[in-house]
Amino acid sequence: MRKSLTHPPHKEFSRINMKKRKHIWTTLFIILLFAWSIRQTETSLLDFIHGFSNMFDLLVQMFPPNWAYFDNVIPPMLDTLRMALLGTTIGAILAIPFALLSASNVFTNKWLYYPVRFILNLVRTIPELLLAAIFVAILGLGPLPGIFALGIFSMGIIAKLTYEATEGIDPGPLEAMTAVGANKIQWIGYSVVPQVTPYYISFVLYALEINVRAAAILGLVGAGGIGEYYDKTLGFLEYDKVSTIIICTLLVVVAIDFVSTKLREKLL
Amino acid sequence: MKNTAYPMKPKRSRWKLWSIYILLFLVYVWALSGVPLEGFKETAGQITKSIINGLFAPDWDYVYLPDGEDLLRGLLDTLAIAILGTFVSAFFCIPFAFWAANNISKSVLLTQSGKFMLSFIRTFPELVMALIFIKVVGPGSFAGVLALGLHSIGMLGKLFAEEIENIDLGPTEALKATGANPIQMLWFAVVPQVIPGFISYTLYRFEINLRSASVLGIIGAGGIGTPLIFAIQSRDWSRVGIILLGIIVMVTIIDMISSSIRKRIV
Repeated sequence: MRKSLTHPPHKEFSRINMKKRKHIWTTLFIILLFAWSIRQTETSLLDFIHGFSNMFDLLVQMFPPNWAYFDNVIPPMLDTLRMALLGTTIGAILAIPFALLSASNVFTNKWLYYPVRFILNLVRTIPELLLAAIFVAILGLGPLPGIFALGIFSMGIIAKLTYEATEGIDPGPLEAMTAVGANKIQWIGYSVVPQVTPYYISFVLYALEINVRAAAILGLVGAGGIGEYYDKTLGFLEYDKVSTIIICTLLVVVAIDFVSTKLREKLL
Repeated sequence: MKNTAYPMKPKRSRWKLWSIYILLFLVYVWALSGVPLEGFKETAGQITKSIINGLFAPDWDYVYLPDGEDLLRGLLDTLAIAILGTFVSAFFCIPFAFWAANNISKSVLLTQSGKFMLSFIRTFPELVMALIFIKVVGPGSFAGVLALGLHSIGMLGKLFAEEIENIDLGPTEALKATGANPIQMLWFAVVPQVIPGFISYTLYRFEINLRSASVLGIIGAGGIGTPLIFAIQSRDWSRVGIILLGIIVMVTIIDMISSSIRKRIV
């Protein structure tokens, strides 16, 4: 770098030099970010090595899983599935008006679709577990707050994906419906809905996959389902039961994922 | 698109449609039968009102307290957990990604086992991982970092592997022809092609991790979640309001920065 000062700087040369300098600054910034986050979280490799023997102990205690506990796990697991299903349904229904209102080719008014999109963005920043904790405070313990939390959470996902799909549809039918003088409801029903429905169903199934995973942990804040059992068993240090719950959750998640992926492949 | 205006649907597909409807109906009957719908507490309306009041009158004093736990420190903790968790996973998922990519090794068994490993890690909820890590290293941010780091390996590894599978093999062959060894081939032909994708996916995962980090505190794994759950449990709604506001602002800003960087890279 020093040398370039003594020679008249060649154009190409200084461009490469600039790029290099930018890379150095980026690397420095990343290293600083890394160091800061280590300090802030009080991370130490020593703690980790120290914890490693604990980890090993824990894994040993988790095997073999307590198979007899499976009978206790199945009813809350079914509850979890119910919560995911009903939550997704509520979300899917709520998502329809939001998706239509925020698609710029359905409602062309800027003052309409920007605020609605803003609300959707806001909803999606709040994690489902926080929503569940708030709904537990309102409705009390049980699966009901979990269902509402999942409903609002999945509404955000489905509405966003659907409005993006809606904006990508073929404008031909839309213009045709305008040309024959359809009112807004007919216009949406005959030109938008037939084009978007397969996408919409696919997004609902996708949200169901996410919700099954989410529902499995909502019990940690008292919102029903299998999550409560993690708390109970971990609290009593019954690690063999914990591993039974984990295996059961994994099986259900994988099964739902498989069915949903197959259905989605058929749809699109 | 495909099926816009058939005058009459063929009989077999109508039967199929009806059986789907009946199946769906049965599923919903089953689902609704298990949910106690009488569970509305009479205080629900009142609590909702005070929540809304609290959310619109946030506790501004909590933003910065000279001594002890305040919003800014909580948010910085959360940010640090997300950053470090993302670093850890971005680093450790690289070997997994090469293991699972089907154009690096020719053995189907090897790539399939790598893919299975990654999806196994992915299905493990991060909060459960955090619970387990709390048992191992004690409550605090470190447990959160480990949980996020391990969980993100599953998704990042999959995305990285797909990126590796999509590279152009021309440069690799060219290097092979000049007699380069495997390490040189990797470094000069594969790495330059995958780096932009890797960075973009890492940033995307960072956005997700930030959201996750803000709830890890609920179970005691550090960050803003801990004061939030305390505030919810003690019905201190104006404090809940300011914390929610803080999370929303932080997540929105980070999303904006991250997506603008991603747009410039790819």
